[in-house]
Amino acid sequence: MKTLNRRDFGVDLGLALAAAILLPATKARADDMEIHIDNFVFQPAELKIKVGTTVTWTNRDDIPHTIVSAGKFRSKTLDTDDKFSFTFTNAGDYKYFCSLHPHMTGMIKVE
Amino acid sequence: MSGQDHGDDGVSRRKVLECMTWAGTGVLWTVTGGVPRSLGIIDSAEAATAAAPGMSFLQISDSHVGFDKPANPNALGTLEEAVNKINAMPAKPSFMIHTGDITHLSKAAEFDNAERIISQTKLDVHYVPGEHDFIDEEVKLYRERYGRGTKGHGWYSFDAGGVHFVGLVNVVDLKAGGLGNLGTEQLAWLEDDLRGKSKSTPIVLFAHIPLWTVYPEWGWGTEDGGRALEYVKGFGSVTVLNGHIHQVMQKVEGNVTFHTARSTAFPQPAPGAAPSPGPMKVEDARLRSMLGVASINFKQNEQRLAIIDTPLQG
Repeated sequence: MKTLNRRDFGVDLGLALAAAILLPATKARADDMEIHIDNFVFQPAELKIKVGTTVTWTNRDDIPHTIVSAGKFRSKTLDTDDKFSFTFTNAGDYKYFCSLHPHMTGMIKVE
Repeated sequence: MSGQDHGDDGVSRRKVLECMTWAGTGVLWTVTGGVPRSLGIIDSAEAATAAAPGMSFLQISDSHVGFDKPANPNALGTLEEAVNKINAMPAKPSFMIHTGDITHLSKAAEFDNAERIISQTKLDVHYVPGEHDFIDEEVKLYRERYGRGTKGHGWYSFDAGGVHFVGLVNVVDLKAGGLGNLGTEQLAWLEDDLRGKSKSTPIVLFAHIPLWTVYPEWGWGTEDGGRALEYVKGFGSVTVLNGHIHQVMQKVEGNVTFHTARSTAFPQPAPGAAPSPGPMKVEDARLRSMLGVASINFKQNEQRLAIIDTPLQG
């Protein structure tokens, strides 16, 4: 939990700095989204976001997972508590899955 | 899940060592008159009694070297337990097969540690990869160590004791929403490999993910496993040995016997018995029973297998 707190703090600090310097141009940053992997499930399994949003996946299982969207993005293998981020710069539907446990699927809808 | 509270200190080292004593297991297979039987290695005396003249071999699986989470903080230690068991067996097996997930994260040190322990059996080991063995950046460490003389992603066949063994790879190019995958190239190779073999030749197919559909909701099956099974339909004796699900399951369908081996690292829940197939943390006292060995006997001229579930404790 310590790691998580430190990381959260880091993100908050980064946002605060960016907001202080660039407000209001960086407003979109506040929409950055998180997806957790718990019990071999992407949560939420489907996410609607705006173009420019960064999505960060965190693996909270005791088993490694990957985030793969064919031809779009592919994470390294994420061990427990590892994270992967991707910024969606184009609208569209992004289906993705875990290449190790392909029954795990998710969808990002970018508008 | 566990009812154990892992507070400040967690499980004491001594307690962990105690509960790991029986954790490492394998399955001894013996082939008599061309028909494989499996013997638990829990009781070596029993194994010695049952080991009729013929060829015997071992199956171990899912050693997950590098795994250190609460379900088993020392997977290398339990692999060593299994190896000690094997070395203590009065009837030395001819060789061993490892049905994958040798390592947890495909790190070089994990492969090295696994090799260091497993080589202490002084047995030839025939490996097939699990999905955990193919996750290094360049996907080369498994192949460097175990891929020599294999085809494609690592499939191969060999003959021993009158039995034709085929090691298959079903952990590559997995498709979203799907199960394990053999692929057309491997299936074509398999069909060709079996062509011309006498139908009385006993066949053993081994691969990491079950070739039969155990529980698709958790990905426990192989998308095109049915096609592989079509190729062995005409053979009189077919045995399919898999790992991946960290528990014993078996069924017989006609001439085909399916069996999955336990892990030497950690148990996984029965299909649907938990929110996910992840490592199952059980109470120390229960771990031994979770990792016990079942004896599975294949008897000639009998279609059904005799299953003797023998927990390690209780």
